[in-house]
Amino acid sequence: MGEIDLGTVNWARAQFTLTAMYHWLFVPITLGLSFLCAFFETIYVRTGKQEWKNLTKFWMTLFGINFAIGVATGIIMEFEFGTNWSNYSWMVGDIFGAPLAIEGIVAFFLEATFFAVMFFGWERASKGFHLFSTWMVAIGSNLSALWILIANGWMQLPVGMAFNPDSARFEMENIWEVIFSSVAVAKFTHTTTSSFVVGSCFVIAVSSWYLLKGRHVDMAKKSIAVASVFGLLSGIATAITGDESAFANGHYQPMKMAGYEGLYKGSKGADIVALGVLTSGKKVGDGQEPFAFEITLPKGLSLLAKRELNAFVPGIEDLVYGNEEEGIMPAAEKIAKGKLAIADLAAYKAAGKAGDETAKAEALERFTVNQPYMGFGYMDSPEEIVPPVASIYYSFHYMVYAGTAIILLMLLLLRSTLKNTLVDQKWLQVFGVFSFFMMLLSSEFGWVVAEVGRQPWAIQDMLPVKMATTNIASGNVAATFFIFLALFTVLMIAEVKIMLKQINIGPEGV
Amino acid sequence: MTLHSPLRIYRFYRDGFKRMTVGRTLWKIILIKLFVMFAVLKLFFFPNYLKTNFSNDQQRADHVIEQLTGSVKNN
Repeated sequence: MGEIDLGTVNWARAQFTLTAMYHWLFVPITLGLSFLCAFFETIYVRTGKQEWKNLTKFWMTLFGINFAIGVATGIIMEFEFGTNWSNYSWMVGDIFGAPLAIEGIVAFFLEATFFAVMFFGWERASKGFHLFSTWMVAIGSNLSALWILIANGWMQLPVGMAFNPDSARFEMENIWEVIFSSVAVAKFTHTTTSSFVVGSCFVIAVSSWYLLKGRHVDMAKKSIAVASVFGLLSGIATAITGDESAFANGHYQPMKMAGYEGLYKGSKGADIVALGVLTSGKKVGDGQEPFAFEITLPKGLSLLAKRELNAFVPGIEDLVYGNEEEGIMPAAEKIAKGKLAIADLAAYKAAGKAGDETAKAEALERFTVNQPYMGFGYMDSPEEIVPPVASIYYSFHYMVYAGTAIILLMLLLLRSTLKNTLVDQKWLQVFGVFSFFMMLLSSEFGWVVAEVGRQPWAIQDMLPVKMATTNIASGNVAATFFIFLALFTVLMIAEVKIMLKQINIGPEGV
Repeated sequence: MTLHSPLRIYRFYRDGFKRMTVGRTLWKIILIKLFVMFAVLKLFFFPNYLKTNFSNDQQRADHVIEQLTGSVKNN
């Protein structure tokens, strides 16, 4: 292979970002709304009241629209792996094969059986079996997300595997380590609980719109009552799992944490920035102040990262240039070790081809010593290990502000529901409509923090993105990027039109 | 629900599809989307690079190793 074509890398990156972010417009609504449909139907079965049945059928229809437009958009990412990311997909095939196969099987059986009963079985199935099917769709959808999030968690913290220099693959050694890694657990719980909030906000937004229009008032109030309880509990759970996620970052991805906190110089008892504006054009090691304006909470970052008020939290410069006192190796040293590992891997293969078993064994021994740093060997400079700070800093802080605001909204909605004053509070209804868009954006930004935050790595510390791509012409990837852009735009217009039409018709139309 | 036979299952799905309202439009979208994805995009734009260009796993592994070891610049 010659020089890496960064045009291909960047187009492949852009295409994957486009596909993933489009796919993620539908997923959190599916995850959250599926459980809300199950709650609504449970109330119907327990009370036997027709109004709860109508309400359930209405939300199920919107769930079906969202599901139908969103279904299979994730498959495109698998196409991209094979074409644009062939090095990556080859190397991780052994790790991802099992989780993704389980996801496929679960999704197939779920969709072929319980999904059909949920939509076709209102008059054909017993109340109990229909309710069971609705719950199975909710549980199954979320379990289906489990496997892909485990795979993503492994990319953030590659555990339970060993690199095989003969096959060039990361091979699974312990599936339980992969499933129960602290990053995978935090990722699944944080992603699903935040998706429940998005689903709740979807119900609240549509119901609030009805209240503003004075239509379907009783249904809207009932829907908000259930969604605000679910949204509040999920919002609190999202905050707790978010804290767990940050704690895992503090241990395993300190560069990501330093990036989203805008921390350039580490310290003991590090403050957290509650509100701040980054200095424009700030670069690592340029001596500029990181913030043009900031309001900090004393020792907050040490508490978040290490759960100790006076613990040391490394900054970007500590991680790039090293910190002897804190035992942090400079990136330049890791790069040197990584280059040795790559050279020894080449020597190992060459000795194998030449049939020189002694040289092969020696090369393998040397390779094993430096293999943990192999990924760093592809870096051209120590500063290359720094992610785009502004993107993740603002995304992270937006997520925190939106999450806090949404808990407040849920509390206000619950209070108004209990006092029966919701119909008169127009401002709260407007906030309710706005909440869905605010949380959907927050959910997308969560992925920006997770994925942009671990740049330049495809697999943390092991494989940089630029080495994960296929050596193909960038024009091909650019062309398919625009095809996807057109396809997604058409699908999005279709979804919005069908969804709005159904919302406009209201519960009578289902 | 009493799904005792394949015929009942068939009828269940058949009647379900027949009664659909908004679902008909959605199925059309799903089918068009799947056609575009699998019969157009996958077939013409997204070949599996390693499967298409190499005939066995050893060749694929060697290619990836070459990629990993051949592009390092020694600074």
